Amino acid sequence: MTALDELTRPAGDDDVVGGVPARLVAAPRDTAEASALLAATQDLTVVIRGAGTKLDWGPPPRALDLIIDTRHLAGVVEHAAGDLITIVRAGTPLGSLDLGEQLLALDGPAGATVGGTVATATSGPRRLHYGGVRDLLIGITVVRADGKVAKAGGKVVKNVAGYDLGKLYTGSYGTLGLITECAFRLHPRPQHALFVRAVAPPAEAARIRAAAIAPTAVEIDSATGELAVLIEGTPDGVRERADLLAKLLNADISDKSPEWWGADPWAPGGIGVKLSVPLSAVPTLAAGPDAVRGSAGTGVLYAAAAGITEVERLRAACVRLGGHAVVLTAPPDVRDILDMWGPTPGLPLMRRIKDQFDPGHRFAPGRFVGGI
Amino acid sequence: MIAGLAERLRRELGPGRVITDRQELRTYECDGLAHHKVVPALAVLAQSTAQVAATVRACAEAGVPFVARGSGTGLSGGALPHADGVLIVTAQMRDILDISPADERAVVQPGVINLQLTRATTPAGYYYAPDPSSQQICSIGGNVAENSGGAHCLKYGFTVNHVTGLEVVTPDGSVTRLGGRALDPPGYDLIGAFVGSEGTLGVATEVTVKLTRLPETVRTLLAAFHGVDQAGAATSAIIAAGVVPAAIEMMDALAIEAAEAAVACGYPPGAGAVLIVELDGPAAEVAAQFDEVVALCEGSGAFEIQIAADDSQRALFWKGRKSAFAAVGRISPDYIVQDGVIPRTALPEVLRRIDELATSNGVRVANVFHAGDGNLHPLVLFDDAVPGEAERAETTSGAIIDLCIEYGGSITGEHGVGADKAKYMPRMFGDDDLDTMQLLRCAFDPAGLANPGKIYPTPRLCGERPGRHTAGDTANRDGAEVF
Ligand SMILES: Cc1cc2nc3c(=O)[nH]c(=O)nc-3n(C[C@H](O)[C@H](O)[C@H](O)COP(=O)(O)OP(=O)(O)OC[C@H]3O[C@@H](n4cnc5c(N)ncnc54)[C@H](O)[C@@H]3O)c2cc1C
Repeated sequence: MTALDELTRPAGDDDVVGGVPARLVAAPRDTAEASALLAATQDLTVVIRGAGTKLDWGPPPRALDLIIDTRHLAGVVEHAAGDLITIVRAGTPLGSLDLGEQLLALDGPAGATVGGTVATATSGPRRLHYGGVRDLLIGITVVRADGKVAKAGGKVVKNVAGYDLGKLYTGSYGTLGLITECAFRLHPRPQHALFVRAVAPPAEAARIRAAAIAPTAVEIDSATGELAVLIEGTPDGVRERADLLAKLLNADISDKSPEWWGADPWAPGGIGVKLSVPLSAVPTLAAGPDAVRGSAGTGVLYAAAAGITEVERLRAACVRLGGHAVVLTAPPDVRDILDMWGPTPGLPLMRRIKDQFDPGHRFAPGRFVGGI
Repeated sequence: MIAGLAERLRRELGPGRVITDRQELRTYECDGLAHHKVVPALAVLAQSTAQVAATVRACAEAGVPFVARGSGTGLSGGALPHADGVLIVTAQMRDILDISPADERAVVQPGVINLQLTRATTPAGYYYAPDPSSQQICSIGGNVAENSGGAHCLKYGFTVNHVTGLEVVTPDGSVTRLGGRALDPPGYDLIGAFVGSEGTLGVATEVTVKLTRLPETVRTLLAAFHGVDQAGAATSAIIAAGVVPAAIEMMDALAIEAAEAAVACGYPPGAGAVLIVELDGPAAEVAAQFDEVVALCEGSGAFEIQIAADDSQRALFWKGRKSAFAAVGRISPDYIVQDGVIPRTALPEVLRRIDELATSNGVRVANVFHAGDGNLHPLVLFDDAVPGEAERAETTSGAIIDLCIEYGGSITGEHGVGADKAKYMPRMFGDDDLDTMQLLRCAFDPAGLANPGKIYPTPRLCGERPGRHTAGDTANRDGAEVF
């Protein structure tokens, strides 16, 4: 067993998660080192940190001994262009990926790491066409609470051998283990893209679907009353489809997205809420008292809430419509009295999963649903 | 024990639901992988979630294993019964509960046949995208359990990409609803974990799926090549050009011969390989890309290209492909359907090596596959009446799987591990990988009663927990977490 002080350093002033200071920080350089680290520190509680773009998401940890920083677990392991796949280390920033004529279709801040994006399962406008993290991730390498290294999936897109643990780790908020490598399916970079923009009610999204123009994204912003559609493909095809849609919606065509496109509607330090509802309920949600922004094509939207009353109102609306509202981020005073995750069907099963994968509850205790 | 269980189930489920007659039970002795046979101790023909739950609860209390079965078309022995267990047949739960174009969702019972759902949604302009070749007979519940794919999953993804809600009877007999019409329910992605778990995490009793808008245009071509190398090169060229076809399917000379004999699909005579390439989407896109695909096929050596003039010609192209497994029965008394995956770029090399394997083992191999995503279905032909041929076919089939692993692929792309391939799992995954996967199983089914013996060659004992258990424990004041 490697000595603890060779693997870690004392925490500094910035090594804080949700107001909870850590004692130690480690930045392993590869999966083997991460494995040794986790094996050697089994009685320490851990929060995993990527670029830190979403470290204020979720409730604060109940306890925090060690921050595992993934910054040195970076770089592309493989990019097989002919097979449309890539294997990337978890600490790699999304924005640093150079895949040539190909595209890893994850929307997210450029600084966000691949691992952080998988762990929080963030998605943006293009999910409508390309799918979300769960749809693009084809293989995963993780280090468990006891330091053992496990792989699931693989590097081929089609594969049903064994349980697809990548799905379980997607959106697990670092509560099941350390993700060190991810394999993704890629898409060809579209030759051309245009935006069709209109001031139009969200209900128009239904007409866009009926028009069979196969949009990449359909976004609404209830504050401005705008609706914008991204169309990708061949230059001629895109132009023709955009013209058709522009006529249908009485809209403008632009090669630029609106300013609000894919941007979080909340200010830093504010309350940010993720909403998901059935597609038919998007207009109802958008007509409510709270401004919402997001996809009328997938039913995943976001809102800035002014306070607890607004959060509860939004959550009640989503639940009534058959969906969910999760508070992603909130200032400490709000966070302390708010149920950030909301009602969670299947919670008993989730607790059992946590107990199996992390029997000592060392990974991000308290950060996840139901206090997991 | 089984007698007591049968009595309890008869009482709880009412008449006609419980089968104990050995002759009747034989109907269920195998799935599509007919050489594995086990007669179950008992079968239940469930008609509702409540009946499935009552059955599973009774099994849990008696410590009796249970196996779910949909249409029984699986090709890996997934629905192979347990000799001392209960077979829960969901085939009679076949109501489409709701079709909502406005939500782009349908809610179905698990016994609903895949193609029926598409038929029911087409009038509204939608279809259910995952389209296994068995779609006329396989059930959505079986699709969920196997994470089934189809020719068009190259563009549209597999079952898991289309399921947004599940009602599941977990192995303790309780009913849990996961997800629904909206995406991203909070917490772990239990739907993602359940889909593809081959009946080892419980029984799906209701499924909410995405409906996909029918494309404005579909265009299909059939390209004939002198050999598989050229067809493989054409496939790579299409992908390299940035085209994402709805499907690219390949058949080699032997597979073509079989298909012609069976369904007279009219593929160009003398072809050493054919490709079926289908593009769909907005007319404006498809037109430009289709011309490009034609040019790429020609550039790779296609000597004849037929373009489907209408739906009936398209159906004929597909008929040859979709009937290929059964068609092989026309040219060989017995055959093994293999299912493996390789990185697409390794296609020509792997096909050459499969050819070498066949020659050296003295068997014939017909190749039918989803070329776009490297999913091979080599059909190993043999005659069981000839002593030693079955063994040589089995050896060849196993060696093909080793090839798939050697090239970084998978031992199964869509048919599942089941009973048939559990023995290959340790070749693809290490002990720790398999151990970690089974942690999930332990969370759902600590007693190991749900479809035991499938997927994993060595079951994990769920009681043992590695490592020390101290770190976060003190913080669990509420006592909700049990260790
Ligand atoms: C000619 C032919 C062509 C095929 N082509 C394809 C193809 O292109 N792509 C493809 O992916 N597969 C294909 N298959 C395989 C097979 O059709 C699929 O695996 C299908 O999904 C099985 O469905 P089923 O209803 O027959 O399931 P079954 O065979 O009855 O069961 C399969 C597995 O699912 C489990 N199961 C069934 N119902 C439930 C439930 N309600 N809840 C939990 N578990 C359940 C069973 O325990 C078993 O492990 C083909 C098979 C044949 C015979």
